[in-house]
Amino acid sequence: MIVPLDEAVRELVHDGDTVALEGFTHLIPVAAGHEIIRQGLRDLTLVRMTPDIVYDQLIGAGCAAKLVFSWGGNPGVGSLHRFRDAVTSSWPVPLEIEEHSHAGMANRYVAGASGLPFAVLRGYSGTDLVAHNPHIKSITCPFTGQELAAVPALNPDVTIVHAQRADTDGNVQLWGITGIQKEAALAAERVLVTVEEVVDTLDPVPGQVILPARVVTAVSPVPGGAAPSYAHGYYERDNDAYKAWDAIGRDRAAFTAWLEELTGAASLAGPQPAGRAL
Amino acid sequence: MTTVTWTADEIMTVTAARSLRDRMACFVGIGLPSTAANVARRTHAPGLWMIYESGTLGAVPDHLPLSIGDGILAETADTVVSVPEVFNYWLQPGRIDVGFLGAAQIDRYANINTTVIGDYDAPKVRLPGAGGAPEIAASCREVVVIMRQSTRAFVDRVDFVTSVGHGAGPGDRERLGLTGAGPMRVITDLGVMEPHPETRELVLTGVHPGVDVAAVRAATGWDLAVSEDLALTPEPTTEELAVLRELTGSA
Repeated sequence: MIVPLDEAVRELVHDGDTVALEGFTHLIPVAAGHEIIRQGLRDLTLVRMTPDIVYDQLIGAGCAAKLVFSWGGNPGVGSLHRFRDAVTSSWPVPLEIEEHSHAGMANRYVAGASGLPFAVLRGYSGTDLVAHNPHIKSITCPFTGQELAAVPALNPDVTIVHAQRADTDGNVQLWGITGIQKEAALAAERVLVTVEEVVDTLDPVPGQVILPARVVTAVSPVPGGAAPSYAHGYYERDNDAYKAWDAIGRDRAAFTAWLEELTGAASLAGPQPAGRAL
Repeated sequence: MTTVTWTADEIMTVTAARSLRDRMACFVGIGLPSTAANVARRTHAPGLWMIYESGTLGAVPDHLPLSIGDGILAETADTVVSVPEVFNYWLQPGRIDVGFLGAAQIDRYANINTTVIGDYDAPKVRLPGAGGAPEIAASCREVVVIMRQSTRAFVDRVDFVTSVGHGAGPGDRERLGLTGAGPMRVITDLGVMEPHPETRELVLTGVHPGVDVAAVRAATGWDLAVSEDLALTPEPTTEELAVLRELTGSA
């Protein structure tokens, strides 16, 4: 249950998998994304409502064949340039995209978590998203005759989220902006949770969200694993890092140097010490 | 002689702030909408109920968040809810008075594009995409758009309809089953546009001081109609400017 991050990624994530690394500005599993890059995984279908800079990095590293998303940007800064380069110039590999609205993606996860084949929402009507996404269809309400949008359930092979704490049994505590993490986890075949710390017993926290151990496949202790996003109660968002990414992401050479540093540093440093300690 | 001087961006933001009324529930996008909403809350609309799509309802941040999910929004909110809850329980049933949006492109019927410039399958520029905007534009009781005006942004036809404004004209929103009134105001660095009550096409209804109508028309990619009762935007007050500059750090 409690395993080092490199081991967890090796066991749970495979080439060609559909992988959701969720987090809505808060608690983004950045360290897990970097581990996927280090392990050189390929042909992934990456899923996330708000792909931000860690997805820009995964796409730039050539890990993804497809992206399923609703808003791809560097929050508060601008565009994702590796994502843009992949879409407009197929660099480093072509990237297929499947594009939704936030409401559409949220409801796809809700259907997935609910064991239903699809979800219904009042949305998408009149937008060009409908013509470009075969996963948005129209459905007539059997009671009122209203036309509504239907979207299929989203059930990732593996969902990865970051949380504040877990106990040694693998029960997970997560609080603050909770985004879509709970639904993404409950919709998935396998669930990896990276956490700031593993404790013997979880203290009750007001507004807590718990993923019970029975829906969690593995927990990896990765202190600081959400940085440069933030972990409420542990550390703040590093806004400067988001701004700094813009210059690196804009330039293929600068990005390649960044990538070499990430992957090179890993092979020299060996396994993550934080994971080994437990 | 006046001692108050201001920039085009400042009068745009202040004018947008003034379009929000006290105690409204406002779905706030990041960037200019967030700045304007925070100015409104600190001036004439202290009870403005700001919702960010990260699920923070009733946030009262003491500084401008860089993103919709900054910790300051969660710390100060009345409640924090999940993403399905904010869209399904709050937005979809029409509980939000005003949606406050920006855009990359807008057309004469206030349809909005935040997806691509150019062809979808071979775009010239790939933009971030829809986010919450399609349903905000569909379901809020009304929508206010704030964006800088140029012929690149104000186009005859948007390259991609991310969010529906008034479609192709009268009756379109009703036909599409959109429950809100749609964009009722577009505020730019040059002036204010509102949909014509019958044609639903945007009409210039106000200009900011020092801006002439020809300049607004020159910055618009269609033959912009001008209201007979063209208003002149009141200048930003000293208080409004002080609040805005404190927020943006340009004081």
